[in-house]
Amino acid sequence: MSARRRWERAAIQAACVAITLFMGVPLYLIALAALSSRDSLNQFPLPLLPTDPSTETMSTFLQSTGVTGGFINSLTVGLGTVVLALLVGVPAGYAVARYAFRGKDTYQLILLLTRALPIVVLSVPLARIFLDTGLYDTTYAVMLLHTALALPTTVLITAAIFVGVSHEQEEAAMIFGASPLQAFLRVVAPQALPGIAAAAMFAFMLSWNEVLGATVLTLNQRTLPAQVLTTLADSPLAYRFAGGLALVLPALVFIAVMRRYLLNMWGTTLR
Amino acid sequence: MPRRRARIPAAVLLIAPSLVVMTALFAWPLVVGVGQAFSGPDGPTLAYARRMLDDPYFWPAVRNTALLIVVLIPVQFAFALTMALLLRERPRFAGFHFYVWVIPLAISDLAAGLVWLSVFADRGYLNSVLDHLGVDGVAWLSYQNTATMFLAVVVAELWRSTSLVLVIVVAGLQGIPKDYDEAAAVFGATYRQRLRHVVLPQLRPSLQVALILRTILALETFAVAQALTGRSLPLLVGETYQWYNVLQNPNVATAIALVVLAVSMLAAAGYLRLLRDRTVTQ
Repeated sequence: MSARRRWERAAIQAACVAITLFMGVPLYLIALAALSSRDSLNQFPLPLLPTDPSTETMSTFLQSTGVTGGFINSLTVGLGTVVLALLVGVPAGYAVARYAFRGKDTYQLILLLTRALPIVVLSVPLARIFLDTGLYDTTYAVMLLHTALALPTTVLITAAIFVGVSHEQEEAAMIFGASPLQAFLRVVAPQALPGIAAAAMFAFMLSWNEVLGATVLTLNQRTLPAQVLTTLADSPLAYRFAGGLALVLPALVFIAVMRRYLLNMWGTTLR
Repeated sequence: MPRRRARIPAAVLLIAPSLVVMTALFAWPLVVGVGQAFSGPDGPTLAYARRMLDDPYFWPAVRNTALLIVVLIPVQFAFALTMALLLRERPRFAGFHFYVWVIPLAISDLAAGLVWLSVFADRGYLNSVLDHLGVDGVAWLSYQNTATMFLAVVVAELWRSTSLVLVIVVAGLQGIPKDYDEAAAVFGATYRQRLRHVVLPQLRPSLQVALILRTILALETFAVAQALTGRSLPLLVGETYQWYNVLQNPNVATAIALVVLAVSMLAAAGYLRLLRDRTVTQ
């Protein structure tokens, strides 16, 4: 029995290692490709170990037309999305967590439904609307689209967080003479802050990763992924690999920071 | 008592901005979109819809998108379930494994396509490994090899999007009390029996959510294929991109987008119905 058990444990370990390799090796390879010199990328077969590390490919990519601008635009849009999504989403999340109001179920249903709305259906008509209103090809246009996309999740995450913050303490503060706003800022907000930070990171990541809408809504003010996508067809492989690494790196940091919140964000906010 | 009456407007006040944003950026574009797809300069028209249907890329795009969903989703769910069940056995370094497995959650489909391009490119890493082993390389992404092109897109999507199913399933497993499973084990149920009769039934709500979400997202697959194959493997949303950005025809682009929307809604409704029916018969 114990021999069998030991065999089982070994099999489980081996399976985990195999899956980790499948998930991890491509990340190693894109880093390897993006950090090789142009010469070693032209070799065949490609070296599988970093024999000739070089920043040449990366720096060529960073100096290409539109890449620096794309970085700046991506950052602007991402931060703007975070601010807007929190400004609009946190109050709504608080309302969903704390108050019983008529139409609450409908409201939550609408939130869930909008998560299922394909981005592509929104972006092309939005381009028309933004053309008419003069917002087309600005970072604000992309910001607005990303805010709309991030909003349902922001409301659901923040609602889940506020449910976890003790209502008694808030009421106690008000009994001792704090206004509702003071009670919120002094008692609730500090406790909810880590969760709100998680919601903010989620919104930023969504905006950083969104490609299609950003491409449709801009011509010159491309975000980084939009810039990479639209120049894909006429750029050398080295450029694409460098672009791939530039887009992947923030993800590694994001997941490392957010590990504690992942299950909450993607797992349970849905119900 | 008077407090409670005052609360109703407070709640409405708090959610009002979000309603405004959603009306302006979800409802209004939808209305404009229907207008774009079905009305031309001289009133209502089906010309754009017909143009979409007559396009030689449209039906291949429909076929590829459907095939992608049919192949990817079952494989992906089996993979995610395996991963979640492995984690449940508390392997060594579980935290590290979980971290690596969920990294793709934050990776965009474009980035995933570029990552796998380094693997599947003609002079990429896979062919390099084959060459080291003394095997001839394959032109994985050549437009002549539809099958390997499709395989590359499936592998890249499996790599990228399974983590979403994984976190939903892991969160679902955490919500299940261990007692049932332990009781079944005490009464001599095998692992397979416990899985089939105890764990999976309790996981159903999580699986249902994951299934709906993933099907809708899979319908929107586009940048992966774009990065790996260009237009050689057309997908529905990729065609919208083509019509809008390359052919500069927003009307046909919206028509295709509305097809995607309709199929998404149908899929969601279909799953809900199917899963509810099964609950009734059991």
